[in-house]
Amino acid sequence: MVSDNVIVRVRDMSFYRGERAIYDEVNIDIPQGKITAIMGPSGTGKTTLLRLIGGQLRPDAGVIEVAGKNIARMSRKELFAVRSRMGMLFQSGALFSDLSVFENVAFPLRVHTQLPEDMISDLVLLKLQAVGLRGAAELMPAELSGGMARRVALARAIALDPDIVMYDEPFAGQDPIAMGVVVQLISKLNKALGHTAIIVSHDIQETFSIADYVYVVADGQVLARGTPEELQATDQMQVKQFIQGLPDGPVPFHYPAMSVAEQFS
Amino acid sequence: MLDWVAGVGRSTLNIFTVLGRSGLTMYQALVAVPDWRVQFPLLVRQLYFVGVLSVIIIVVSALFIGMVLGLQGYTILVDYGSEQAVGQMVALTLTRELAPVVAALLFAGRAGSALTAEIGLMKATEQLASMEMIGVDPLRRIIAPRFWAGFISLPVLVAIFNVVGIWGGSLVSVDWLGVDSGSFWANMQNSVDFADDVINGMIKAVVFGAVVTWIAVFQGYDLVPTSEGISKATTRTVVYSSLAVLGLDFVLTALMFGDF
Repeated sequence: MVSDNVIVRVRDMSFYRGERAIYDEVNIDIPQGKITAIMGPSGTGKTTLLRLIGGQLRPDAGVIEVAGKNIARMSRKELFAVRSRMGMLFQSGALFSDLSVFENVAFPLRVHTQLPEDMISDLVLLKLQAVGLRGAAELMPAELSGGMARRVALARAIALDPDIVMYDEPFAGQDPIAMGVVVQLISKLNKALGHTAIIVSHDIQETFSIADYVYVVADGQVLARGTPEELQATDQMQVKQFIQGLPDGPVPFHYPAMSVAEQFS
Repeated sequence: MLDWVAGVGRSTLNIFTVLGRSGLTMYQALVAVPDWRVQFPLLVRQLYFVGVLSVIIIVVSALFIGMVLGLQGYTILVDYGSEQAVGQMVALTLTRELAPVVAALLFAGRAGSALTAEIGLMKATEQLASMEMIGVDPLRRIIAPRFWAGFISLPVLVAIFNVVGIWGGSLVSVDWLGVDSGSFWANMQNSVDFADDVINGMIKAVVFGAVVTWIAVFQGYDLVPTSEGISKATTRTVVYSSLAVLGLDFVLTALMFGDF
């Protein structure tokens, strides 16, 4: 179960987009120093949850505490200070298009530290080495493939060795080799440096192989929570359908529509 | 009828909400003690993109507008035998009106639209969001240097416009049509007042520079991050800035030169 050392605490949190409830009074605990995965079908607001934790969006009700502090109540200055201890890997990579790969990874170091140039250079190359892209340091983001851009973004997210790293779909679009490296990297960072990792993903195999704890969210609710083993053994139909990837089950594959017979009559 | 009143109310509220939001955005971007070590290189870079790259279009337009003014002025004035006054006519038209207004319109089309599209694309590709997550305020890092660059650039571009325009006027009237060079320049010197004409024109340039760049950066920052959103915001930048420049020009002219 969840240890007492909770670094991100979500309590009775609701978030609406227009009339639609993305989250409806959910409770989530992210334990410190562990890898927690948030899983669920597309469009259930998993990325939104990361943005809520990062303070980029504010919940409509309830509380989100990061290291014991309510993130929605922080001043702009406090918020930016907390964020310097968080790393986030965006789904699109979100590299700064006017900076080279090297400068992208160096960016957080230059902003938050006063390190001399040669030390920054060493750190950046080490981080790039970890994602296998030391040789690409001088390229511009436009010259990278999608998977490479994501790995550079990963190097940038961990440049400052943050306490919490949020990964938005880290495995999507990676070839099998790079995927294996990324899986290992996330696991190693967590084990060696004690980073708290929050992974948003629907790659079941990869996520289950490294996650300590998994939340399955759908329709604004937490459907299930537990260790990967517990979830694999679940007999909750919705969760089972999601984990095994079955087209038929309580979660509809089709977007709501009139029946096929009516449509084509 | 009620629907119509409600509609008017709703759009009025919308206008004020947007105005308020853009005011707050600019306040957060601009009101702070600048960290020159970081901000200065960013400003220089933006001065290049916004200002220096606009010089060509400004010089070419100014040259042609000056030449047209010289030609039109000559053909009208020569009927009254007072073609020597063409110098004063070209200089006054340019410094008071045409240089600030035309330069601002060109600036909105060349630099304003580029600013909106650039910031919009940064928003669409989550660059602004990722910058926030790294702990850097995009308002201070992206918006502020771009705004100041526009604010500084336009008055300089207007000064260039004045000089090149007047030179274009002299090319046509003096060198081509044979107006006496001494009278051309002497008339200009006698009639153009530095404070009333040149400085007032520059005040217009400063106001237009602030308004056009404000509209451009806010439209970029506030747009819906899709390709359609970017194209609409870019169009809005050009339309709103042009209307704002022309409207404000009338107000400023009335305040500066209106005799009441």
